[in-house]
Amino acid sequence: MEFWGALLPDGADWHMKTNNGKSGSKAPEVLQPSGPDQRGGGSLRERLQNRLAGFFPPDRQEDDLPVATKGPVSIDTLPAVSLAAAVPDPLYIFDRNAEILFANEAANRAFGPISSGTSLRLKFRAPEMHELIADAIASDGSSRAINYSERVPVERAYRVSASSIGDGTELFVLLFKDQSEARRIDRMRADFIANASHELRTPLASVSGFIETLRGPARDDPVARENFLQIMHNQTQRMARLIDDLLSLSRLEMKPYLKPSGRVDLVQLLDGVVESMRHLAGESGVTIEKAFPSTPIFVAGNHDELVQVFENLMENACKYGGAGGRILVSAEQAGPLEEVRATVRDFGPGIPEEHIPRVTERFYRVDVETSRAQKGTGLGLSIVKHILTRHDARLSIRSKVGKGAAFTVHFPPLPPGAASRPA
Amino acid sequence: MQTHHTMRSFDDELKYLVDQIAAMGGYAERMVAEAMEALIQSDAGLARKVVADDVFLDEKEREIGERAVIIIGRRQPVAGDLREIVGAIRISSDLERIGDLGKNIAKRVVAVTESKQPVRLFRGLDALAGLALTQLKEVLDVYASRSIERIGFVRDRDEEIDAMYTSLFRELLTYMMEDPRNITPCTHLLFCAKNIERIGDHATNIAETVHHIVTGMQLPLERPKEDKSHRIIAGPGAS
Repeated sequence: MEFWGALLPDGADWHMKTNNGKSGSKAPEVLQPSGPDQRGGGSLRERLQNRLAGFFPPDRQEDDLPVATKGPVSIDTLPAVSLAAAVPDPLYIFDRNAEILFANEAANRAFGPISSGTSLRLKFRAPEMHELIADAIASDGSSRAINYSERVPVERAYRVSASSIGDGTELFVLLFKDQSEARRIDRMRADFIANASHELRTPLASVSGFIETLRGPARDDPVARENFLQIMHNQTQRMARLIDDLLSLSRLEMKPYLKPSGRVDLVQLLDGVVESMRHLAGESGVTIEKAFPSTPIFVAGNHDELVQVFENLMENACKYGGAGGRILVSAEQAGPLEEVRATVRDFGPGIPEEHIPRVTERFYRVDVETSRAQKGTGLGLSIVKHILTRHDARLSIRSKVGKGAAFTVHFPPLPPGAASRPA
Repeated sequence: MQTHHTMRSFDDELKYLVDQIAAMGGYAERMVAEAMEALIQSDAGLARKVVADDVFLDEKEREIGERAVIIIGRRQPVAGDLREIVGAIRISSDLERIGDLGKNIAKRVVAVTESKQPVRLFRGLDALAGLALTQLKEVLDVYASRSIERIGFVRDRDEEIDAMYTSLFRELLTYMMEDPRNITPCTHLLFCAKNIERIGDHATNIAETVHHIVTGMQLPLERPKEDKSHRIIAGPGAS
């Protein structure tokens, strides 16, 4: 009867695959599976170099390619492909059939590696992209730009232009300019306002109601006044907590694609968090038991953010699983190249199965009354999920009603060699 | 542009089919995303656009079907080429269905948003649609890249969608019990949720077809389907 909700952050598994692999490490020699697509031989780079041999027009590139490629080095001495590879924005070179001949490293990083001869129309299926590609091929020379956005795995927005390399090469360039940052800031602002106004309304209404009462009927009643002031105090504190949580969530949403580069000893980190939670645990009448090895376990990550993850998980365990009287915090790694697992387990009432898939949703509460009473904001697990997405880690939740709940964080192992390096 | 005039070789014909599937996929993805946006933003104009877009998918499906028959008749393909063509027919009909489901969501926009609905009604549905869209994109990416080792994830996600659908079903029922005025919008939203869940199923179908195109083998049937909507406790869960 155990239910297991593997809560992958949107698209995270897809991402783990590409990131744990070697994408971005040595493009542009893209992987070449033996598929029905593969015709002709040689890597994309070779094929393109053959096509380009002799006629890359030096005067046009100045316009088409960004400043990074201009410099003291004469363009004539550089192979055209190296030029394209040096472009910091995603760039594809394709032919009349919309077959991709070359993808630079930025393109592989942004959209995943592709195999030789893949059709650009398959890679970018949006109707307006198809139009843009068709236009570029048909018009032979003139260029046009459109806005293109992808929603999954994370929201990204680009300004895309397609143009011909020109002068009889029969080759075309598709260039992406990342505009996600600006878009994300806009959205963050809109989301923040929408959520804040929605969630702050209830406590605000209550505070303003009490103020009215204090001015009117309860003006000369010291007992009621004290009572009301206490409630107002609680409500304002709740608003403050909400704003804090919303802000930290918004900050996290700003940069879902930057992977933290640091290295953290999970054992030491968990130990620290457990100590800092002793107070809250004592208040809830809960003892925290530690079950992790004495030797350090290293994972890639940002120390402060991971502290927040485990603080939130342990806080939840105290608040909602406190009835069980104890919390078990454990960490383990089966082998040096195995995934690292850290679990916070409580022995409380557990989470009913139908709620498990949804608990990381924003403002989703299993039980609104308990959540309010425990000063929950409904954002704790959303924050956890966001941080873990950035860490390429995932959260799984296992629970059995009446037996408690276990929240396990699965970290990908550090690449070989990294673990032995001093911090 | 490629039209039948410029089509010379068998290769070109196959490529044309695959390109048409890509175009259909792009439209289907777009329709579902826009239908959800229209629903959440109460945008009746966008909803009408989605409904109009469906014509494209219907036409393309018919075109792919006809062209596939012509290719089979004229070229007598075997093995991988034949699977490619039959696969194109299957995928195009799945995509056409996805378009229909997207259109159906768009048609409900006006009914749901006639009166102002609280945000909480849409939150779960939005998350569910996010999952389904991710799944659809992944499947079409697998079709593009032929990297079938990623297909396992598609199925896992389908289970996630099913679990979420069940949970959403209960949530919407609660709202209806709370206040009878919620019954109309919530019923529509239930259908929307069901549509999204069906989109996930079609995406899984496409994944199976792609697997068959690439390997020539069927994916093992490992998914016992059961409707958990009316049950509170699931049977023994997978590990």
